[in-house]
Amino acid sequence: MTTNDALIKVQHLNKRFGSLQALTDINTEIKKGEVVVVIGPSGSGKSTFLRCLNLLEVPSEGTILFEGVDITDKNADINMHRQKMGMVFQHFNLFPHMTILKNMIIAPMKLQHKSEKEATELAMDLLKQVGLEDRAMAYPSQLSGGQKQRIAIVRALCMKPEVMLFDEPTSALDPEMVGEVLEVMKSLAKDSMTMVVVTHEMGFAKEVATRVLFMADGKQVEEGTPKQIFESPQSERLQSFLAKVL
Amino acid sequence: MNALMLLDSGFTERLQQKFYSNFILENRYTYLLNGLKTTLTITLLAVLLGIVLGFLIAIIRSTNDITGKLKIPNFFCNIYLTVIRGTPTMVQLLILNFIVFASSNNKLLVAVLAFGINSGAYVAEIFRSGIMSIDKGQMEAGRSLGFNYLQTMIYIVMPQAFKNVLPALGNEMIVLLKETAICGYIAIQDLTKGGDIIRSRTYDPYMPLLGVAAVYLIIVMIMTAGVNRLERRLRNSDH
Repeated sequence: MTTNDALIKVQHLNKRFGSLQALTDINTEIKKGEVVVVIGPSGSGKSTFLRCLNLLEVPSEGTILFEGVDITDKNADINMHRQKMGMVFQHFNLFPHMTILKNMIIAPMKLQHKSEKEATELAMDLLKQVGLEDRAMAYPSQLSGGQKQRIAIVRALCMKPEVMLFDEPTSALDPEMVGEVLEVMKSLAKDSMTMVVVTHEMGFAKEVATRVLFMADGKQVEEGTPKQIFESPQSERLQSFLAKVL
Repeated sequence: MNALMLLDSGFTERLQQKFYSNFILENRYTYLLNGLKTTLTITLLAVLLGIVLGFLIAIIRSTNDITGKLKIPNFFCNIYLTVIRGTPTMVQLLILNFIVFASSNNKLLVAVLAFGINSGAYVAEIFRSGIMSIDKGQMEAGRSLGFNYLQTMIYIVMPQAFKNVLPALGNEMIVLLKETAICGYIAIQDLTKGGDIIRSRTYDPYMPLLGVAAVYLIIVMIMTAGVNRLERRLRNSDH
């Protein structure tokens, strides 16, 4: 595929939880190398949208094409596709019974059949990049929140994903730890990693996003460059949202 | 008054005499020794069977809890749990011996099956509570890396669940050990039956029955110490 193709293509995505309509007719494309930041008020469906991308939530209707393959299809091998979609969670979700190193190498070893040596080399290299190589043998409970989230990011990177999905990665952190996590995400963006980020960090959206998607009440309300979204918001909904958060 | 009796030399003499007639004479201690071997064999095999059965049922039941799949296997698991937990172990043992395996002479096997099947029901619920106690973010993190449901269960959820349920599991093993005392009812000479045989020979209930109780107590204390040690070792990842 060429770099102009959409890596992820979302068509008429709808998601209902019982009688609650969480997402209504979402259509968007995420191209290779793009950093798409999804903003919006709480309960607007941002996280649900993100979780639909790797099918942690199964869409009620619509299709999601990943590298041209419809992953909502029943016959699609979702486990294979998920290997190429790294995900970072609000609450880190590190595996508490494993050391940091084991957290990072288990998936490459079991799923990509890498040797322990090969997986460890990659993991140590990534740990060095986030400045945590001395914590390789520590357990998650011995780390601070910011350290945990940096580990969660590099754990996902160990699978060499095509795209990284971030679900409010800094929302559970103490304020003084937000910066170190955002730094890692910025350097990822600089290395032209494709990223979809749900966040409340407007500064990050302004600085790093190639495109910002504003959602409210389960609908995509406005979409554009950070400049368009933050400097000349069109819809009243976005204007009132920005007035509150900026 | 009592203290004086204990110091009375006639009392210690009688004690020695009773010890001799109950345990030494005609090698009566072998009733206890062989009985203990039988008790431990039945317990060990039944524990293994119970864990295998319980593990499988817990996987089916918790998969049904989490994903809503495996409806039919879950239905049968529920019947099994209801029947086993709703009837006395003793009755189950008798049914297995006099109805299901009426033609079998391998009493030991019947006992292992009866206690294993019984224990499996309790172990299943212990494991299931452990699985359900693990934050669902762990399952999501495993799945998001590309592990399938079963791999995530085995590599990520189960090891944590096992650690959480270890005290309950140890307790279940101890209960099982003591519960095997009823297998004398299908003519197996276990530890309890061994002590009872000595009692019937010597007409002295004190020595053999208190001796049997002491042996159970010691085994249980050893098991408790073992479980505690394992728990401490597994705890090294939480601080």
